[in-house]
Amino acid sequence: MTVEDWQIVWFTAWVSALSTVIILPFGLAISWLLARRDWPGKSLIETLISLPLVMPPVATGLILLKVLGRRGPIGGFLHDHFNSDLVFTWRAVLIALGVMSFPLLVRSVRVAFEEVDPRLEQIARTLGASNWRVFCTITLPLAKRGVIAGMILAFARALGEFGATIMVAGMIPGKTETLSLAIYQNVQLGHDDYAFRLLAISVAFAFAAVWISELLLLKKGRKR
Amino acid sequence: MNLRLQKILLPLSAFDLEVDVTVQRHVTAIFGPSGAGKTSLLEVIAGLRRPKSAHIQLDDKALSNLPARHRRIGYVPQDLALFPHLSVRQNLFYGHKGISDADNIFSFDHVTSVLEIQPLVDRGVSDLSGGEKQRVAVARALLSAPRLLLLDEPLSSLDAKLKLKIIPYLKRIRDEFQLPMLYVTHDEEEVRALCDEVLVMKEGKIIATHPADSTQWSVL
Repeated sequence: MTVEDWQIVWFTAWVSALSTVIILPFGLAISWLLARRDWPGKSLIETLISLPLVMPPVATGLILLKVLGRRGPIGGFLHDHFNSDLVFTWRAVLIALGVMSFPLLVRSVRVAFEEVDPRLEQIARTLGASNWRVFCTITLPLAKRGVIAGMILAFARALGEFGATIMVAGMIPGKTETLSLAIYQNVQLGHDDYAFRLLAISVAFAFAAVWISELLLLKKGRKR
Repeated sequence: MNLRLQKILLPLSAFDLEVDVTVQRHVTAIFGPSGAGKTSLLEVIAGLRRPKSAHIQLDDKALSNLPARHRRIGYVPQDLALFPHLSVRQNLFYGHKGISDADNIFSFDHVTSVLEIQPLVDRGVSDLSGGEKQRVAVARALLSAPRLLLLDEPLSSLDAKLKLKIIPYLKRIRDEFQLPMLYVTHDEEEVRALCDEVLVMKEGKIIATHPADSTQWSVL
């Protein structure tokens, strides 16, 4: 592998890992609220969270472009107040990956939380535990396999993201170019050997992530 | 002990739980057939269910408006609900934090010696037998230094032989800790062995109150 290959692989891996870490606390909070509480607008939020799973990724990317661009509400605010731009930067890649992988994380974590016996949480409360302590000492440890599986799935989804990323971050070599974008670009340029090399790396990454996730879910099933 | 359960109203699927009673005896059985609302009543007292109305007062302490974690009510459910991912020691210490007085009757050493579970504390919950789990669940509730102990059919999952083994431990708890207890059961033998008074429950209502040694309640 060339230095350039390594750079693309490294950038894709760390930006995918970082996006997974950033969405984790939000994913845990939303999943817990969906699994354990009834509140007005719950089904609306559930639908909104799942939208990136069913919408064309480029459509999600276009929405992000409109929101994060200089004329958009968030991009405009950041540009006017901090002289900072998001679109066509590595931060835009991070946001695109986070938005696209968030539904997978929430689906997996929510199911894991729902499988924790609420009785155990109730008894912990009678023993004087606050909601936060119950979450940290009962709910989360008992759901940890599902949480880890969700993180791996989110990471794998981020690794393969293309449509939303290209819309909001473009394809700038050395700056916003991920594995998927590099494969696409090299096929377009007729560099098939290079594209297949990147494809092999991409498949290896995805295979490892899904395999680990399946192993964790299998162990969880056996434990039950 | 003076436990006032007043104007308790909780709609259940088949009937409404409606209870208005004052409990003054040390160990009181709530006796009745399955599905009479006994567990629901305990859950309301423990703060795990929100009733339509309720005034719960233990001696001079009003409990109704407190969340479960501030009620200091030890609750041992029928399924015991031991935390499966924690060791016996971690289960026991879960509610024990902050109570460090060595002379306290609810100290770790005292509770574990009364229930004879000291040899079990370093084991995993899944390694325990049914009777051992029972004692650990009761010890965990006691270690939270409760004002009131609720036991929901604690012996129902045990065979007759094991029941005979556990009853003396429950008697020891009654005598050692002098803790007011509500004891849900539909087993007459347990009532006679452990309790002072019986509240007979049917379809969500207390239909009679009798001394445990009377013969009147068992024919209801």
